[in-house]
Amino acid sequence: MRTDDRALSIQQQLRRSAAQRRRRRLVGHALVYALMIFLALLFMLPIFWMASTSLKAPREIFAWPPEWIPSSPQWGNYAEAFGKYPLARYMLNSAILVVANIVGGLVSVPIIAYGFARFEFPFKHVLFLLMLSTMMVPGHIKLIPMFWLYQKLGLIGTYWPLILPAYFGNPFFIFLMTQFIRTIPRELDDAARIDGAGSWGILFRIIIPLCRPALTVVVVFTFVWVWNDFLEPIIFLRDWDSYPISVGLAFFQGRYSVEWHLFMGATLVSILPILVIYFFAQRHLIGGLASIGIKG
Amino acid sequence: MLSAWRQMTPQERRGAKTGYLALSPWMVGFVIFYAFPILATFYFSLTQWTLVDPPVWIGLDNYVRMFTRDPLFISSLKATTLFVALSLPLKLVLGLMLALLLNLKIPGMNLFRTVFFIPAVISGVAVSLMWIWFLQPDTGVVNTLLSYIGVRGPYWFWDLNWALPSVAIMSIWKVGGAAIIYLAGLQNIPAHLYEAAEIDGAGKWRRFWRITLPLLTPTLFFQLIIELIDAFKIFTEAFVITKGGPLKATYFFLYYFYEEAFRNFNMGYASALALFLLVVIMGCTVFVYRTSGRWVFYEN
Repeated sequence: MRTDDRALSIQQQLRRSAAQRRRRRLVGHALVYALMIFLALLFMLPIFWMASTSLKAPREIFAWPPEWIPSSPQWGNYAEAFGKYPLARYMLNSAILVVANIVGGLVSVPIIAYGFARFEFPFKHVLFLLMLSTMMVPGHIKLIPMFWLYQKLGLIGTYWPLILPAYFGNPFFIFLMTQFIRTIPRELDDAARIDGAGSWGILFRIIIPLCRPALTVVVVFTFVWVWNDFLEPIIFLRDWDSYPISVGLAFFQGRYSVEWHLFMGATLVSILPILVIYFFAQRHLIGGLASIGIKG
Repeated sequence: MLSAWRQMTPQERRGAKTGYLALSPWMVGFVIFYAFPILATFYFSLTQWTLVDPPVWIGLDNYVRMFTRDPLFISSLKATTLFVALSLPLKLVLGLMLALLLNLKIPGMNLFRTVFFIPAVISGVAVSLMWIWFLQPDTGVVNTLLSYIGVRGPYWFWDLNWALPSVAIMSIWKVGGAAIIYLAGLQNIPAHLYEAAEIDGAGKWRRFWRITLPLLTPTLFFQLIIELIDAFKIFTEAFVITKGGPLKATYFFLYYFYEEAFRNFNMGYASALALFLLVVIMGCTVFVYRTSGRWVFYEN
């Protein structure tokens, strides 16, 4: 009887403390959620404000107090922005640059990484270190000599200066791909070799098909970088018609600085492709970044 | 190299040849896009050169001018240093705090990760334009919100004292990028260490200081170097928003370089500036790397 009593009370105590813990965790979760939601709203405020402005009528944009959500959204603003600014043209230019750079990366990076990951040769380690150290070289140092060189070659004002480097392998991608190929079992290579495949056959039939995740990282990062690039296009390009969207946008500002409703619409449109690719390839973007972080 | 080559079997030699062949695009690229520009910049920095006429050798004159009689060099150095000093520590600390939050195991965290990472993938130009509008002194959101609590907001980008902090705040908005890398580092810390510490009665703080932080130092180290290089290279914001103003408050080094090289076409002097920035960045990287032995903890 007594022991039963004691057992019961211990059980009760246990149950009570479990309930307490649960309650405490619930309160903790609620606090974390509240904080996260607050921070998320804060971080999204500039983007929200851009979207809100893009839907306002001209007389509303400088109104005070400001209208947070326009009462009658002016969807026509977007059509007007496309009509007034050569937005479509600039985005097409950016798309051309993106595709050309992606092709360059997909062609060059797997071959170079294959060399580093699968073959033994004198000075391999030194070359690899050299390749890694170029990741740290800030891009600005290239601008003057490359400008001089491209001018001699008559390439200023063309897309070549913005495309060519991709075909010689970006060190970040080479590093990533080399690490990735190293995780593919060599037995697969050996099996293919026995079946009569040469070194290049192994690369194209075995390695590259297995490198899909790493290749996706190349595609996604190239997309984001090239779409966002600003400094090199303003230096190497000449005509308004050939500008990518980043440069086009920056120069609209000087020309049409009062039409903020159209202007914010244009800015929003310019980041849409990036947002779309980000939502679809989030895992690869974050994974790619994370993998350099860990190994760095 | 030759003796190593002779000692190889024919099969090994074939493999080595294939290896070199595979590397050849990179080697060509290395010469064109790295070796040549760095050497050429060094040579150009010792010349006076306006692109129209051929470079004229003037020895160290560019450097003498840079260090002794160039107020713009001093302004740009000051603005850049201030920006690095202001944004870098904040970004490192806030990035870590955000990562710790995002690492909590509660449902829905993926959604938050998506949200916080968005600013890090948008272009500098779009972000700059968005922030010009966001920080408008009269009708901008921030000053409107501040006015609700009775605070008169500053003129942000258009105020001598606030322009540089405004650019720093903008760069902190992109803290999600840093947080994602921290997050990967956090998730690499073995769970059994925390379990062991919990059994030993270590509280949350102790666990953070004794386990999380030491094991995260390699990530912190990496992040410090990346952010350092990035902060020195700040350019787009100055170009799009402030044009280096007001009164050179945001006249960042790379913007000065750009104006010298591609507006004034003082290519010789601009080369000296470029080389100086390279040396500063490399110097900082080496310094961080050399001191890292004292604070970076490697498991093996």
